[in-house]
Amino acid sequence: MKRVVVVDYGMGNLHSVAKALEHVAPIDWRVQVSADAEVIRHADHVVFPGVGAIRDCMAEIKRLHLDELIKEIVQRIPVLGICVGMQSLLSHSEENEGVDCIDLIPGHVRFFGKHLKDEHSQRLKVPHMGWNQVEQVGGHPIWQGIPDNSRFYFVHSYYVQADQPADVIGRAYYGVKLDAVLAVDNLVAVQFHPEKSAALGLQLLKNFLSWQP
Amino acid sequence: MIYPQSSGVVSQMGLAKRIIPCLDVENGRVVKGVQFVDIRDAGDPVEVAKRYNEAGADEITFLDITASHEERDTTVHTVERIAGEVFIPLTVGGGIRKIEDIRTMLNAGADKVSINTAAVFNPDFVKAAADRFGAQCIVVAIDAKKVSTPQEEDRWEIFTHGGRKPTGLDAVEWATKMEAYGAGEILLTSMDQDGVKSGYDLGVTRAICEAVNIPVIASGGAGNLDHLVDGIKQGLADAVLAASIFHFGEYTIQQAKDYMRQQGIEMR
Repeated sequence: MKRVVVVDYGMGNLHSVAKALEHVAPIDWRVQVSADAEVIRHADHVVFPGVGAIRDCMAEIKRLHLDELIKEIVQRIPVLGICVGMQSLLSHSEENEGVDCIDLIPGHVRFFGKHLKDEHSQRLKVPHMGWNQVEQVGGHPIWQGIPDNSRFYFVHSYYVQADQPADVIGRAYYGVKLDAVLAVDNLVAVQFHPEKSAALGLQLLKNFLSWQP
Repeated sequence: MIYPQSSGVVSQMGLAKRIIPCLDVENGRVVKGVQFVDIRDAGDPVEVAKRYNEAGADEITFLDITASHEERDTTVHTVERIAGEVFIPLTVGGGIRKIEDIRTMLNAGADKVSINTAAVFNPDFVKAAADRFGAQCIVVAIDAKKVSTPQEEDRWEIFTHGGRKPTGLDAVEWATKMEAYGAGEILLTSMDQDGVKSGYDLGVTRAICEAVNIPVIASGGAGNLDHLVDGIKQGLADAVLAASIFHFGEYTIQQAKDYMRQQGIEMR
């Protein structure tokens, strides 16, 4: 029996992520929601979600020593960061007057701004909420069976800019260019919500479970 | 599709406009009231939600239409069943009055909750809810009805209890206030139009869309595909919500999307 553990640090809706994983998991997989370090250490795959403000997320991550744990397990276990879970893996976020993050992937989390505009000077609303296209950059097993420029469901007011272009495997555009999917060794991180992105989101989760880096 | 390589503002396809079928639910069944009175049955909510998900709906809204005036809580169990089988955003409304109600719905698998009457009677509830759960999951539902005479400048007022109780609150001012209080989205239902299928009230939709910087969902009165197009092009809405035109098979979601795309609207 293989296990995928959804890391529970009290932030956001784990139900959706867990249900979506249950929906796509092969019959010999079990989906578990836990904050227990030993459970997470013995997982085959780990999903690191997150919803809400980064300061609150990082406070809980640090209180539960999940920052050190993630750094440790990512050496040998595939990890998928989702939304604020992704953002927490970067170096620093502008949200809440600036918050230092886990710094597993070099880069910054920036605010879209209150006066975001598209190339025709049309106002863009913030948060970036809805279905936007993701341009695939390079190849990665996570994109298996997903057409380039497919749409995924985003909800966020801050966006990721990775320092290393080589870490970016998916981009989206919303007034600015945003790094929507990052991949570094055993780690994949997505800004959108695959668990809310219909069939293609489920496909991405399925790809993650079958990924053997 | 071509994107310039330079940083800063770049060319883009951008966000798709959304189509949101609405499941008005009473006693565990999907219903749709014409002017909120004459109710017809359109099936099991879980089956309907699954059907819409497969048909390409961008989100689903589940409203317990009796909760507000019969003090009935929305069925958590139905929400759980939908969330376990439908993997697109799910908004739940009807009878959301306390922080605990929101927690219950989010734990049941809702992504957003829609607050209506409780916001009118206690605006600070919206603030508390956004602080606790994040603006992204707080939708404020506004039921607006035109109160100006044809000779006057257009003015819309907020109504509660299924359009039966006026509040004296100006709809556009209220929307701006709710944004300031932390609403992440506005679900705008134009009451005089609802269920009569003569189209959204484009005047109030446009006025509110221009006044706020959060997404606005147009609702109430969609009877054909041109109404959906008008809601977006003339009303400037970010999403359109409809029930009966989809429930009774007059149009499929795909037909609606194809038509809107032909009219130059970006769709998923």
